Amino acid sequence: MSVREAELHLIEHGREVPHLGEQYETIEQQNDAYTIGMWAFIVQEVLFFGGLFAGYAVYRFKYLYEFVAAHHTLSVVFGALNTFVLLVSSYTMARAVRAAMRQQHKEQFKYLLWTIFFASIFMVNKYFEYSAKYHHQLIPNQSYSAEEVIHHNHLKVENGMVDLGARKVSLEEFTGRTKLFFSFYFIMTGLHGLHVLVGIIVLAILAVRAYSDYIRKIPHADYMPVEMVGLYWHFVDIVWIFLFPLLYLMGGQ
Amino acid sequence: MATITAQTGTERVNYLNVRTTVASWLLTLDHKRIGILYLLGITFFFFLGSLAAATIRLELATPKGDLLSSDTYNKMFTIHGVLMIFFFLIPSIPASFGNFVLPMMIGARDVAFPRLNLLSWYFFMIGGMLATIALLKGGIDTGWTFYTPYSSAFAKGEVSLAIVGVFLAGFSSIFTGINFLVTIHKMRAPGMTWFRLPLFVWAMYATSLIQVLGTPVVAITLLLVAVERSFGIGIFDPNRGGDPILFQHLFWFYSHPAVYIMILPAMGVISEVIATFSRRRVFGYHFVAFSSLAIAIIGFLVWGHHMFSTGQSIYASILFSFLTFLVAIPSAIKTFNWMATIWKGRVHWEAPLIYALGFLGLFVIGGLTGLHLGSLATDVHLTDTYFVVAHFHYVMVGGATMGYMAALHYWWPKMTGRMYPQSWAKLAALMVFVGFNLTFFPQFILGYMGMPRRYHSYPEEWWALNLLSSAGASILGLGYLLPAVYLVWSLKYGRIAEKNPWGARGLEWEAVDTLPHPHNFERTPIVTRPAYDYAHPEEPTAIFPAPRPAYVGGGGKDG
Repeated sequence: MSVREAELHLIEHGREVPHLGEQYETIEQQNDAYTIGMWAFIVQEVLFFGGLFAGYAVYRFKYLYEFVAAHHTLSVVFGALNTFVLLVSSYTMARAVRAAMRQQHKEQFKYLLWTIFFASIFMVNKYFEYSAKYHHQLIPNQSYSAEEVIHHNHLKVENGMVDLGARKVSLEEFTGRTKLFFSFYFIMTGLHGLHVLVGIIVLAILAVRAYSDYIRKIPHADYMPVEMVGLYWHFVDIVWIFLFPLLYLMGGQ
Repeated sequence: MATITAQTGTERVNYLNVRTTVASWLLTLDHKRIGILYLLGITFFFFLGSLAAATIRLELATPKGDLLSSDTYNKMFTIHGVLMIFFFLIPSIPASFGNFVLPMMIGARDVAFPRLNLLSWYFFMIGGMLATIALLKGGIDTGWTFYTPYSSAFAKGEVSLAIVGVFLAGFSSIFTGINFLVTIHKMRAPGMTWFRLPLFVWAMYATSLIQVLGTPVVAITLLLVAVERSFGIGIFDPNRGGDPILFQHLFWFYSHPAVYIMILPAMGVISEVIATFSRRRVFGYHFVAFSSLAIAIIGFLVWGHHMFSTGQSIYASILFSFLTFLVAIPSAIKTFNWMATIWKGRVHWEAPLIYALGFLGLFVIGGLTGLHLGSLATDVHLTDTYFVVAHFHYVMVGGATMGYMAALHYWWPKMTGRMYPQSWAKLAALMVFVGFNLTFFPQFILGYMGMPRRYHSYPEEWWALNLLSSAGASILGLGYLLPAVYLVWSLKYGRIAEKNPWGARGLEWEAVDTLPHPHNFERTPIVTRPAYDYAHPEEPTAIFPAPRPAYVGGGGKDG
C-alpha cells in the first residue's frame, strides 16, 4: 500500500479508526495537532540546549587557548564514529517511519530494531570515551587534574606558569579553565546522551507495538507515534551534529 | 476522556456529577476538572506564600529586627518569592481559568492533549511539594532569583531540592504552553477564525509562546546551579574562572518574559470582563490582540534592564533601556482601548468589573513606575530599593492577582453553578484596592528615600511609612480572606446560576450549559459571529445545525 492510499483510507474512515481521540473531529486534525505539538516541543528543546551552547560560546571566547588545549584530549575518531552511527540510525528511523505510514508492520519493526541497535552503539562508544576521561582524571569534580591536558599538548610548565605559546597562565587558572571545558563537555554530551537513552526506551515501546500490530495483522495502525518519535530522533541527531564540531573539531589558533 | 455515564434521574449530566470518585478526579482528562485541580493547588501555595508575606510585614512593623533573626527573615522572603512566583503567579490564570474556559471559548471539546494536561498538573504538584519540603526543612535564603555565586557556592540548606521543584514546575508550564498553542491552532470550531477569537485566547496564545520559548532556558540554568552545588564545576564561580553575570543573563532571559506570563493572561481576563460589563465590543480589537503578541516578542529583548548596575556594557544598557520603553507602547494601547470600551458602554457595576477597574488603576501605576526603573539614570539610584519592590508588586499583585480575582469572580458561576453575594464581593474588591495601595504606595516613597530591600531592620525615620505599609497589608489580607469565605459559602447556599448570568457574549456563556457538559458542547458549534457582538443581541455567536458539521481545518476559510 502506498503512503497516499493509506492516508486516503484513514481520511475516509476517520471516525471508525480506534485511535481518533474523542476531542478531535477528524484524523487530519489529530495528526496536525500531533505535528504542531511535536515541533513546539522540539523548539523548547532547542532553547533548553541553547542555554548550554550560549554558555559554552561565552567561555570558549573568553578562554580560547585553554579550551583548544583541552579539546585536543577528545578523540576525533570516536566522535566521528559516533556521528556516523547516529546518521545511520537517522536513516533507519526514516525507513521505520515510511514503513509505518505504509502499514508494513514487519518492516517497521525491523527498522526500529536497527535504530535501537545503532543508538546503543552510540552509547557504548560514549561509555568508552567517558571511562577514558575518568582514567585521566578529567571528570570535572574535586579530583580533576589538568595534567593530562598539559601532557597531551606537550605544554611547558615553569614556576607554576603554563606556557600556552601566545600567553602564560598560572597552573591554577589553567586547571580551572580546562575544567570548565570538561564541565561543558560532560553536561552537553551527558544531556544529549540522556536524550539518546530516552529515545531508546521510546523506540523499544514502538517496536513492541509494531510487532504486536504485525502479529495481530492490524490493517490500519496509527503511524503518527512513529513519525513523531522520528522527528525527535532526528532532532537528537542534529544536536550531536552541532556538538561534534564544537567540542571535537574546532581548533582555533 | 471520561465516558459519560447514563443520565441520572432528573439531573442533567455535567462535568462534576458525571463521576464523583477520588480516582475520577486524580485521573481525569477533562480540561475543566484539571482547571479545578490547578485552582486548588494554586490556592494552597498562595495561602502559604501569603503567610510568609504576613510574617515579613509583621517584622517590618517596627524598625528593630526583633521578631525574626536576619537569617530567618532571609528565608521568609525566599519562601514568599519562590512560592508566589513559581507556584502561584505563573500557573495562576493560564493553568486554572485558561484550562477551564479556553476550549469552551473556541468551541472545542477539550484541549489537544488531555493526557499531557494532566501530566503537567502532576509535575506542578510534585514540584510544589518538593519546593515546600525544601523550604520547611530549614529553608533556603537565596531569594527567589537564586543568584550565583551565593546560591551555587555558599548558601546552606536545600537549594538543590528547591531547584528541582522549580524545574518540574517549569516543565509543567512548558507543557501547558505547548498544549494551548496546539489547541488554539487546531481545535477551533468551524467558523471560529483568528479575528473572531475572544481576546483572552489571544492573550493565552502570547503567554504560551513565552512559556515554550523562555522556560527551558531557566530550567537548564537552574539545573547548572544544582550541578555546580553537587560537583563544584564552577561555571558561575569566579574563583574557578566562571562568570556569575552569565547566570543573571540566562536567568533574566526567562524571568523577565515570565513577568509577561503573569500579566498577559490577566490582561486577557480584563478584556473579557470589561467587554461583558460594558456591553460593548472591545474598542480596537485588533490592536489589543496584536499588542499581546508585541508584548511577548519585545519582552524577550529587555532582560538586561535587570542588570544595569552589574557592570554590563553601557551600550548594552542603553539598548536595553530603549527596548524597555518600547514595551510601554503595547501596554498603553491596551489600557487606552479598555478605557475607550467603558466610555459610552452600558456599564453594569458587578463585582468582576470592580476588580477589573482596580486592575486598571494599579496596573497604570505599576507600569509607569517601571519606566523609572528602565531609565538608566534613575535606576542606578533605585536599584535594590523598596521602589523596585513596590513597582513589581503593583504589576504582579495589583495587576496579575487583580486579574486573577476578576477571573475567579467572572467564571465562578460557570465553574460551580452558584452565584456569590455581589455586595460582599464588591466590598472585598474595594478592600483589596485600598489595602493594596496602603501597603505598597508608601514603599515607593521608602525606596525613593533609599530604603534597601531584603533587610529585617531599618532606621527609625522610616518607621511611619513602614507601619502604614504593614497596616495596609492587614487590610489587604482580609480582602483576600473574605472571598475565601463567601465563595465557599456560595457553593452550598449561593443562588443557582443560570446559563448566562452576566448577559455576556461568547461561547462559554451562550453555548455551554451551567454546569458544563463533560464535552462542553453536545454537538460541535458553528461560529457565525465575531467575539463581543453586543451590537447584535438577537444573533447567537454560534449555531448548532444537525447533523454534526465536517471539520474545516481550524478556523475555516471565511476569515
